Order: sequence, then structure tokens, then C-alpha cells
Amino acid sequence: MALRCLFVDLFEYQARDMFAAHGVPVLPGGVAETPEQAEAIARDIAGQVVVKAQVKVGGRGKAGGVKLADTPEEAKARATDILGLDIKGHITRQVMVAKASDIAEEYYFSYLLDRSNRTFLAMASVEGGMEIEEIAVTKPEALARIAVDATVGVDRAKAEEIVDAANFPAEVRDQVVEIAIKLWDVFSKEDATLVEVNPLAKAPDGTVLALDGKVTLDENAAFRQAGHDALEDAAAADPLEAAAKEKGLNYVKLEGEVGIIGNGAGLVMSTLDVVAYAGEEFGGVRPANFLDIGGGASAQVMADGLGIILGDAAVKSVFVNVFGGITSCDAVANGIVSALEILGDEATKPLVVRLDGNNVEEGRRILAEAAHPLVTVVDTMDGAARRAAELAAA
Amino acid sequence: MSIFLTENSKVIVQGITGSEGRKHTQRMLASGTAVVGGVNPSKAGQTVDFDGTSVPVFGSVAEAMKETGADVTVVFVPPKFAKGAVVEAVDAGIGLCVVITEGIPVHDSTEFWAYAQGKSTRIIGPNCPGLISPGRSNAGIIPANITQAGKIGLVSKSGTLTYQMMYELRDIGFSTAIGIGGDPVIGTTHIDALQAFQDDPETEAIVMIGEIGGDAEERAAEFIKANVTKPVVGYVAGFTAPEGKTMGHAGAIVSGSAGTAQAKKEALEAAGVKVGKTPSETARLMRELLGA
Repeated sequence: MALRCLFVDLFEYQARDMFAAHGVPVLPGGVAETPEQAEAIARDIAGQVVVKAQVKVGGRGKAGGVKLADTPEEAKARATDILGLDIKGHITRQVMVAKASDIAEEYYFSYLLDRSNRTFLAMASVEGGMEIEEIAVTKPEALARIAVDATVGVDRAKAEEIVDAANFPAEVRDQVVEIAIKLWDVFSKEDATLVEVNPLAKAPDGTVLALDGKVTLDENAAFRQAGHDALEDAAAADPLEAAAKEKGLNYVKLEGEVGIIGNGAGLVMSTLDVVAYAGEEFGGVRPANFLDIGGGASAQVMADGLGIILGDAAVKSVFVNVFGGITSCDAVANGIVSALEILGDEATKPLVVRLDGNNVEEGRRILAEAAHPLVTVVDTMDGAARRAAELAAA
Repeated sequence: MSIFLTENSKVIVQGITGSEGRKHTQRMLASGTAVVGGVNPSKAGQTVDFDGTSVPVFGSVAEAMKETGADVTVVFVPPKFAKGAVVEAVDAGIGLCVVITEGIPVHDSTEFWAYAQGKSTRIIGPNCPGLISPGRSNAGIIPANITQAGKIGLVSKSGTLTYQMMYELRDIGFSTAIGIGGDPVIGTTHIDALQAFQDDPETEAIVMIGEIGGDAEERAAEFIKANVTKPVVGYVAGFTAPEGKTMGHAGAIVSGSAGTAQAKKEALEAAGVKVGKTPSETARLMRELLGA
């Protein structure tokens, strides 16, 4: 979930590079942002190549995002076709050019966090060439699921247990065991929550390779994963989200008209819901964003948050919903008043404020005394949501 | 009675000398909690003073337990050191370890949870506000002065929604309110708290707050159907939250649930739980149930 735990999906080429760095066999290739770069990579590889759109969404093959090319010139032409392609709302900005491989057999292998059982899980199948959800539905018995004890990890014996449970053929067993151990390195050493190889392919010569992969990383581990910063997809970030991130704010842009500021992820999620309900009465007005300013709610954080929200042209009104717990309501009210002073003429949209909790009377008194023309104070969360929705619809 | 935390609980703070640890130790003491010590290996033998209360700092959890009889630890140490702190608490055999620290890598929390299995420590959190048995003890960062002791049990994934609900129902009051945290891997679950509230003679009704992600609420719904006879009111946040960076399809296959707020609400309702549309409506439902 984006609002709570920050997990970052990698592009295929980044996953491939990470696999290679941990000794997992992959095909030679590189990433290109222009047709010329694609051509150069194809020339280096020599022979037939595959040009693949780098988008974080499935179904790119059907969308025309994966093409074979026999010559460097052809690779350039295919890259020209694919770059800029819109695949389910994802614009292709990069292509991976990799050596084309004949495939004799396709398998599936993954490690992931099994949230329900609070453990790690290995999944493997010799029924490759399908999406995992398809395998799980059509051939559940063909999908081996082996729990991995987080305190032990995957050693050779564990890797053999997984590989044998999935009934890998004898001629590839040792190779797959080796790969399983190295993929565990990727999973554990890179702080991944998902490492998936699909397909894990056997070439006609019997070599087993990771042909396509997905990796999801845990942002909470950034303090010990210095290299992960560079893997972030800056180009895809919404400009407001990027600006918010720079100020250390937990902001997610949505499609709506009511800007939202609150403290605590759960309360802010709840605020979005309450505004959406209230908005049904006013022509389907929706929340414009998620913004959790945390427990502190200082004047500067409030000003930064308001600044971001007011920078969203779609926003017609703003709902500030704060429960004064650790930071009491008077401090929050002072924060709002100072934030409006800091913003000055930049504050142009009506604000509905709901404060509750510690020192609420004093907080409301401060806002009443300041009597800012843009600010309306409403005592209840449901009432304030309704007022904010009404103002946004006006 | 109350669950997990009573007036007899003796609390130590791991990370008592840090700014968060210090600030919240002060607040815990102010709300009447018996904070009997702190742990910081590099400041063992020193004391930390809080408005006239002098709290001794020990070199290890084991030493603090031996000297003070502590049975609860509250962890405020930074994410980098959190796994080590929890493992130390588990090794010392303390009964309850409340992990407040936010931003712990999920590999670390999965590991310390696995490590604690079959041992004597209950873990709450990480990334949670802790728990409070109003008027008795407060282990964590929940504001103590927004509610009072009473007959409702509250278990919640979210911190501020916990506070909101405690405040809305402050006239009725709470036996224990517990924030279990919203991280993908947590120690104490909704089910653990539901079982404890069911067994607690002082708790007459239960509020359960969930949010999108995972299948904890769906599992809790099944548990309620089979095991909970006390009335339960529920609230789920996240109906309009964007489909975020989930773990992709592989994760959903494992949990067998979409993890949406709608799915959770339906599961709870099917188990006979009244689910409010907003926090205020949820509080109203609880009032109706209790005839208050």
C-alpha cells in the first residue's frame, strides 16, 4: 500500500542488472532511451535481439511493447515504434535491448513476503509461460509454495527442497538450485519484498536463464541500501508529489477537487472516505490528494503542506482535519494561522478546519480570533467534510 | 481488568535517552505509568530526570529486569537498531515488547517476529502507538488525557483513528485501547486482541479499526464469528485510497484477498459486526449497542 509501507517496483532492466550483480544468469543486453542507443546495443550484442518496453505494468507484449529485431537497423526501427508508446497509461521512456533466446522450456520462480503468515515464501512451478495468477487458478497443484524461515533463509538444503517440491526436471535441477540460492541473495541482501522470475527459461542448449524479472524493494531499508536511491523513477513522479517529497511530506496526488491535510495515515485515509461520501451529494466531488503531516503539525509543515495543495490547479477547497493528541489543538491552530501568514497572497482557496482533541476550545478560539477570511471552522469531521465538498462544488 | 497492561505493569524504555524516548517517558510518567528504568548500553549507571522522578539507565534489558522487576519494554530506538533491541528484549524473556519505532525494514520485523516464536515475549507493533489501559498504565505514545477508564476494548491499525475513537467515546471509557500498527508484518494482531478482550471480564464491547491492505480484517471477521460473543463494532479506512504500489499479483495470491476496504467491510458484516461509514457513525453504533 502506497500510503503506509513504501515499496518500490523496479523496471525489468533494473531487476536484470540486480540479478546479474548477484550471479543469476541473464542474457546480455542494455537499456536505451533513444533509437540510436538501441541500435548501438544491438550492434554490440550481434545477432537477433528483442526490444522490450520498460513499463511497470503487465501485458506489454499484447500492447506491442515487445518486438524482435534481426539487425541493428531493425532494432533502431523497433525502438522508434516502442519509445513513447502508451501501455495502459504508462508512457514508455526506455527500452531494453537483449539478446534473443530460443526457449525450450519455461518455469516460474519467486520469493516474496507472505504478509498473512508473517514469513517469507518461495513459489516455484515448472508450468511457465503464464502469469502467476493463471498458474494459481488453472494448475494450483503445479505451484509449489514453501515457507522460508526469516531467521534461517535459503541455504542449499532449502533450495533443494523448493526445487524438488516443484518437480524441476533432473537435467536442470542443479542449475535451478544454484539460481534459487542466488535469487535469495537478491531478496535478502537487497531488502526486497518480491523477487520474481517469469519466465525462468531453459535454452535449447540446456542452460537455465532468468529471462524476465520483477523486483520490489522496501524503502524503509534505504538507510542500508545506498544504491537504491538511483533506481527511483524520477521521470514518472507527479511534479506535486516530487515537490512534496523534497519537503519530506507524505503526499499522494489523486483526481479530485477537495485538498486534504490531516495527521496520521489512518485518519487521512478516513478523511478521504468521508469527503468522498459527502461529495456524492455535490455532483461527485472527490478528494484531491492524500497528505499526512504526521503528529507534529508545526507551522512550517502546515505551510509546506498547504503550499503543495494550493499548487494543485484542480483544488477548489481544502479540508484540514487534525486530531490534537500529542500536539494539542492550540498548537495546531497557531500552526494554521502562521502558515496562512507565511503563504500570504498565495493562499487563495477556502479552508475548512476541523480540530478535535486536546485543548480544542483554545484551538478554536485562536482560529476565531484570527478570523482569516478564507477559514471556516466546523466542529465535526462529517460536517466539515460536507462543507468542504459543498465549497468545492460551488 | 484490562488486557496486556495493568496497574501492576513495570515499564522500561529502550532508547530512553533519545529525544522521542525522553519525551514520551515524560508523558507515560505523567499519566501514572510505573516507568522503572531505561536501557542504553553506553549510558548505563546514569539516571534521566523527569520533573523530580529519577529513572535509572541500565546497560541491557536483562539487567533492567533483574534490578527492577520490569515486565514491559517500550522500544523507541531508531530503525537501524530496532531489530537488535527487540531480539535483546526477547532473549531477556520480558513479557511484553511494544515497538513504537517507525520505518523498520520489513526484513527486520519479519525476522524478529520469527525469532520470538515459541518464546515468552508478546510483541506489539512495530510502527504503532502502543497501548493504554486508562487510569492504570500507558505504554507508548497514546495521549492519556483524551479518554478515561471504562468498558470498551479498542484495537486499531491506525494511531490517530485510535485517538479519535477514544475521544468520541470518552464518556463511556475504555478497558484497554491498543494500536497494533499498520506495517505488513506486526506482532500482536486484531485476533490476539479480540481474544484477550473476549476473555477480559471488564470489557463489555469491542471496537475494531482496520484499513486497506493484507487480510487481517478478513481473518478477524472469521475469528469473531467463531469465538467472540461480545458485541463488536467496526470501522475500515481506505475506500478511496488509490491502489498503490502493492506487491503485485503474487502477493494477492498468497493472501487470497484483494485487501480492499470494501472486502474487509463485507467480511466483517458477514460476521455480524456493525461497520460504520465514518468514525463518528462507528462511535454512534457503539453507543446504540451499549444503550448509552
